[in-house]
Amino acid sequence: MTTARRWIGDHLVLGLGILVLAYTFVPIAIVVLMSFNDSSKSRNVYKFQEFTLENWLHPGQWADGMGSSVWLSIQIAFCATLVATILGTLAAFALTRHRFAGRSAANVIIFLPMASPEIVMGSSLLSLFVAAGFGGSLGFVTILIAHVMFCLSFVIVTVKARLSGLNDNLEQAAMDLYATEAQTFWRVTFPLVLPGIIGAALLSFSLSFDDFIITNLNAGQSVTFPMFVYGANQRGVPMEVNVIGTAMFVISIAIVLGNEVVRRRQAKTLAG
Amino acid sequence: MSQVHEVTPGGPPEASGSRDLKISRLTKEYATFTAVKSLDLVVPQGQFFALLGPSGCGKTTTLRMVAGLETPTSGTIELGDTEITFAKPYKRPVNTVFQNYALFPHLDIAKNVAFGLERRGVKDTKKQVADMLELVELTSQAHKKPTQLSGGQQQRVALARALINKPEVLLLDEPLGALDLKLRRGMQLELKRIQTEVGLTFVHVTHDQEEAMTMADTVAVMNHGVIEQMGAPIELYENPRTTFVANFLGQSNLLAGEIEGREGDQVKVRVQGAVASVPGDRAHSDSGKGWLGIRPEKVLIAEAGQPIDAPGDVIEGGHVTDVSFVGVSTQYSVRMPWGQELMVFEQNTGARAMLPVGTAVDISWRPEFAFLLDASQDAKAGIEED
Amino acid sequence: MAALDDVVAPKAKRKLTGYWLILPGAVWLLIFFVVPFYSLVASSLFDPKGSPLTGYDMTFHFQNFWDAIDKYKGQIWRSLWYAGVATLLCLVVGYVLAYAIAFKAGRWKNLMLVLVIAPFFTSFLLRTLSWQLILSDDGWVTSLARSTHFIDLLQVVGLVDGDRLLATQFAVIAGLTYNFLPFMVLPLYASLEKVDPRLIEAAGDLYASPMRGFFKVTFPLSLPGVVAGTLLTFIPAAGDYVNATLLGNTNTRMVGNSIQSLFTSQGDYAAAGALSVILMVIIVAAVMLYVRTAGTEDLV
Repeated sequence: MTTARRWIGDHLVLGLGILVLAYTFVPIAIVVLMSFNDSSKSRNVYKFQEFTLENWLHPGQWADGMGSSVWLSIQIAFCATLVATILGTLAAFALTRHRFAGRSAANVIIFLPMASPEIVMGSSLLSLFVAAGFGGSLGFVTILIAHVMFCLSFVIVTVKARLSGLNDNLEQAAMDLYATEAQTFWRVTFPLVLPGIIGAALLSFSLSFDDFIITNLNAGQSVTFPMFVYGANQRGVPMEVNVIGTAMFVISIAIVLGNEVVRRRQAKTLAG
Repeated sequence: MSQVHEVTPGGPPEASGSRDLKISRLTKEYATFTAVKSLDLVVPQGQFFALLGPSGCGKTTTLRMVAGLETPTSGTIELGDTEITFAKPYKRPVNTVFQNYALFPHLDIAKNVAFGLERRGVKDTKKQVADMLELVELTSQAHKKPTQLSGGQQQRVALARALINKPEVLLLDEPLGALDLKLRRGMQLELKRIQTEVGLTFVHVTHDQEEAMTMADTVAVMNHGVIEQMGAPIELYENPRTTFVANFLGQSNLLAGEIEGREGDQVKVRVQGAVASVPGDRAHSDSGKGWLGIRPEKVLIAEAGQPIDAPGDVIEGGHVTDVSFVGVSTQYSVRMPWGQELMVFEQNTGARAMLPVGTAVDISWRPEFAFLLDASQDAKAGIEED
Repeated sequence: MAALDDVVAPKAKRKLTGYWLILPGAVWLLIFFVVPFYSLVASSLFDPKGSPLTGYDMTFHFQNFWDAIDKYKGQIWRSLWYAGVATLLCLVVGYVLAYAIAFKAGRWKNLMLVLVIAPFFTSFLLRTLSWQLILSDDGWVTSLARSTHFIDLLQVVGLVDGDRLLATQFAVIAGLTYNFLPFMVLPLYASLEKVDPRLIEAAGDLYASPMRGFFKVTFPLSLPGVVAGTLLTFIPAAGDYVNATLLGNTNTRMVGNSIQSLFTSQGDYAAAGALSVILMVIIVAAVMLYVRTAGTEDLV
């Protein structure tokens, strides 16, 4: 076997893998590209016409309703993240560190939302709201409730993973060294779980901001950003939506990479 | 059933301090088994005490109960006249060096070491931390994080972190287990030196009998939740009272015999036709059958018919079935006429060449080195399985 | 691993901490995930003659189910078919990626994992819209497909009807595959990661070629990941309708489209509920059948 053939053989799988990865980024590249697209010329065709910085520089000129939909999505995502992260972290602690009956049942209920089709979850929530008499007042609150519901599972799973990886000797060592239970938690446990909690919060924010199917069913008259985009598809999507998409992507990547760097440093110290 | 044995002081006799660690009828029961069975133990203040036993014998559980990390099912733990049986770990003047060190990964070395002092409200810890780091020779590493250090260094940090609090009892849970041989030897001497220097009570838990014998003033051998024998290392080794101790510490040859009776301060035992004698205080069984024990290094060997240097009780008719050169000594397996294989360790003084396999030999030992054990005990107890 | 409950004197009060901690989360999920299913089933039995304005009567109108199946069986079948094909494609493509990361990535492992998740952070809708551009009639992908007669091949198989790639079944499936790829890759990776590479070496030592080594050792060991990934991809894909709307046409409507419009524009809660329940039942049945044949009970 020649050296070249051998090299190809060894690296074939890796090469294919990288190809797949590249394929997943193509649409992202397009989103970024389109954010610089001048959409005034053609609204009905999703095509690159002319380069412009207008979309980025003049948010005031964004299409009607887009700004408010973005703002609504941000508000909901923020609140949902807050509630889901707190509730989910508490639950993760319960599942990892404490004993109680019905643990396996709890695990199943937590796993199910991650695997259920969104249309079914959205439908059932809607029927609940209607049956409870809130059919006429769908809006911020109902969306929020729905978002917390499906974010909870992801938060719990993420924090649980982090928590169970911690050496539990550390907490015992802290108590051995005169730390009370409360001091042990705040000085040892919490700093070490924090990266997991932050990761869960980020995931939660993303999921909430991006959710469409469940939101669409339970939003009533409110319009979130994904709903705006979907609705605009009929009339012609304004290019400035891609500004939001790009911004989301860049911010998230920056945070994730930053968190990854911190985690790498801590991971090295944990392996001891 | 509790086994209470006299503590034979190993080091220089000291006045029994008022802050001895006293464990009475300590028991820990789990749903499926009992880890510790009614343990009685007194560790005098200032001693280096070793709790020795195979894995699963309950030694770590005992240690954790003293630290407050496990709750006893029954029994008491006292420090002097203060009972600490159910006190929370942070309320006991006891600190632990954990098996895997349990250093806080998010704090640097100096902060790890200062942790205990800070929790107790000590404001300025700088000087004490510096002194302690100097004691364990890690001053230059003060600002590194735990995983940037080697295993041996981490171990010393764990020690410093515990010692700085000047606990009344320092508990060590197999702290040298993860170190390689040379490093372990060095640390054993270090620990002993530090203990002597600071004068604190050390309770060291280990399964390594050489480690226990090297470092401790007093050793307690634990098996299945009870203490089999406790005393100075030399006492345990030379005069074991149970087959477990005889096999767990070093190795022993155990020969089945019939006890004939006492004659003055000697006990006569009939072994394979010959009559051997055992000093009275080394006989731990009075009548019926017994195990006559003799350590391999105490057995003398010579080619059949050749004179043995300073012989005692002699048994003829063996032949060599295995020879192992171990550097310091040569280990022989000798098959005796009744089928049993005995071990003989001969120091390589160079006085005689190694006896090849198949050689017909006589063996002998001086009766004052033999010991007598109860035949009802398992002759295989304490032998480490591969 | 000793639970914190073990430390300190055993008082019965201690043991309740776990319950308090999980209570809020459990209650939330109970009220807003478990209970709604009952509402859904209830609504599927409503008298269809009601409306959101006038209210519904509960008449245990099982006929709703037959009506729904009758009216929407095409879409139900289509949804399962699209989701199935997409899942299969995800499995093939995703396995390559997961394998590459698990075994061939070396120190780039974590970076590649981040890159797998990265696209997640752009709006799902915008990503799907991008496919409108990629598959547009005058884009180079469509031109290439035409010139290589790939489009003709697709036409034969029935995935396109004409010479467009956009607004076809092909586009919908391509979109589904793309969007759910991370759901397949991550469980696959988790499972492959646990495979000891020395086992593969041992297989080679015992005369197995790389291909045989893969099929006899690696793949069977990764089966839990395959099961998990397949489920996590198929289930949400079957209920999706965004891809169908943005990339398909009126003939590619999936069950999700119908459920959505029945609830909102048509206001027929009974039919919508019935259709949702039917979808749920089919999915659960398919999952249980699948898990039973694949032989892995342990998912969580």
